[in-house]
Amino acid sequence: MKRTLSIVALALLVALALVSCAPKGPAEIVIGGVGPVSGEAATFGKSTQEGCELAVEEWNAKGGVLGQQIKLVYEDDKGDAAEGAAVWTKLIQQDKVVAIVGTVMSKVSLAGAPISEQYGVPMISPTSTNPSVTFADGKLREFVFRACFIDPFQGTVGAKFAYDDLGARKAAAIFDVGNDYTKGLSEFFRDTFIALGGEVVAFEAHATGATDFKAQLTKIVQAKPDVVYISDYYNDVALIAKQLRELGFTGPLVGGDGWDSPDLVKLGGEAVENGFFTNHYSKDDTRPEVQDFVRKYTAKFGAAPDALATLAYDAMNIMLDAISRAGSTEGVKIRDALKATDFAAVSGRTMFDEQHNPVKAAAIIEIKGGQQVYRTTVAP
Amino acid sequence: MGSIFNLQQVVNGLQLGSIYALIALGYTMVYGIVRLINFAHGDFFMVGAYAAYGAFFLFNAALGGSGLPMAGIALVLAMAASGGIALLTNRLAYKPLRYKPKLSSLITAIGVSMLIEYVFSAIPFIGPSFRAFPEILPSRPIQIGPNATISTQAILDIGVAAVLMIGLTVLVRHTALGKAMRAVSQDKDAAKLMGIDVEKVIGWTFLIGGSFAGAAGLLAGMTYPRIFPFMGILPGLKAFIAAVLGGIGNIPGAVLGAYIMGVAETFATAYNSLLGEGIAFAILIVVLLVRPRGILGEKTADKI
Repeated sequence: MKRTLSIVALALLVALALVSCAPKGPAEIVIGGVGPVSGEAATFGKSTQEGCELAVEEWNAKGGVLGQQIKLVYEDDKGDAAEGAAVWTKLIQQDKVVAIVGTVMSKVSLAGAPISEQYGVPMISPTSTNPSVTFADGKLREFVFRACFIDPFQGTVGAKFAYDDLGARKAAAIFDVGNDYTKGLSEFFRDTFIALGGEVVAFEAHATGATDFKAQLTKIVQAKPDVVYISDYYNDVALIAKQLRELGFTGPLVGGDGWDSPDLVKLGGEAVENGFFTNHYSKDDTRPEVQDFVRKYTAKFGAAPDALATLAYDAMNIMLDAISRAGSTEGVKIRDALKATDFAAVSGRTMFDEQHNPVKAAAIIEIKGGQQVYRTTVAP
Repeated sequence: MGSIFNLQQVVNGLQLGSIYALIALGYTMVYGIVRLINFAHGDFFMVGAYAAYGAFFLFNAALGGSGLPMAGIALVLAMAASGGIALLTNRLAYKPLRYKPKLSSLITAIGVSMLIEYVFSAIPFIGPSFRAFPEILPSRPIQIGPNATISTQAILDIGVAAVLMIGLTVLVRHTALGKAMRAVSQDKDAAKLMGIDVEKVIGWTFLIGGSFAGAAGLLAGMTYPRIFPFMGILPGLKAFIAAVLGGIGNIPGAVLGAYIMGVAETFATAYNSLLGEGIAFAILIVVLLVRPRGILGEKTADKI
């Protein structure tokens, strides 16, 4: 009796194993998506998911990739590094994804990247700006790419815009000395502006949390710059702009994507007029890729896409394009195809540099009449 | 060095000093009367900023957006709110401890300070994050030299501070209440024996000191249009140092100390931004080492 039972049990086990090995319906390629759908950055995760879904849907409508339909498995990392690592392992080991598009926050991408690297599963982070996501400890992560430009790049583009479009020859900069983002932007702005042939007449730091910047701004105004570069986040930018105007400076102000908030105009009012900032993209850009995407996205989700949705859409398209060019789902081949990317993405024609950061143009947004208005696109 | 020590930087320093002066007066008056360092005073300043913010949304539409009457109403309401909360703090927190050891009141003051900050953070329409202070009066630069401007906002800051300080001087020197305040600050027991209602005088002192902080709150909101519940901590601390520098308990001393602080901080910041943040505390250490009673302060053995 006992023996019969164990034979039956064994038979059942074998049957189960067979069932789980059996092919499940038509062949499909599984791609992982990761974003913080819950937690402090929930809207970021949702936008990212929508961008991924729209891209996959479009590819599937055109017949998928490598002749197979694409299945997107989208996981929530909750904006938490430990959760991110668990999700990455789950996608690779259980869902057998061939590639991953994710995630938003740098600290979580930093947890996922080594796992992608270990298993040789290529990933593109749509919006993690920390340089060490793709390049850490002097070593390139072979399977890790990103779709957004890294922070210092904005300083470079800002300088080109100030020099070429605004015709400025003398520039000044102010930044938060306790914040690597603003410091990095300002340093790259300064270096590029000088390299272009301009002169940086004042380069001033301010302490984190300061509200009175007049001492530094007086030095800036008295150095008579044509343009002032303000790399801070919007709420400092507004105070700095107001105080600059009170000191009599009427020239243009230039900054980075830290300006991108409706509160900038609320706090700064008229002072931030004649202000320009670099951003990943503008929904008012007239390029057909942009207008086409904005229309399709709005039709599907009922609201205009933000930068996160756009970059996720771009990242997914870049990944699927690489798989299609690789002609294979092997990690190494996808990686090599990614390295050779030259893709007309919504946020601009994208190629990767030797550190797997995209080389692409930035949109310049102007503050005009209290509104954000698309001004131009500047290539690095 | 030309861009560090010049007329423009002096104007910047005077504007900053005016806001410090209005806060420092409350510190010094309360200390003069009850020998208490009221660490919640910086929060009265914050309450004033929020009262002005609220006043704008209540009355601006009715006034059709005209700036000066709006600024007047905001000033009155800010002073009333801060004066009121100062009075309330005195009644509820400090009065029961009046004849207990000094340390009890001091620790209570720190507690009251945090209580106000966190209660304000918890109120939904105030909340813990930055709020954009509305533009009540647009600020324009006026050229006053080849390399210097003064903004209309700076004129307002310095002007309001000057008017209030003159008013306070008249009150202290030429009114019965002022005489009573001076009497209580000299000798509480003797004043009581002379028939002065000491508690009433203390109440008035909190009310006036608090209302000055409220006025500073409005001016700070207009000058630096970003308010949040913890905005009072640093200006409060710096104004306290200004009061110590001038001689705590001494009214002209607080004003002098505040203007010295404002100008010193501006010069130091122009020299190096981080030095500017630290200069206040460097001044405090030097004053305590070299002249603990401050510039105009009278000699006493025990400050806290």
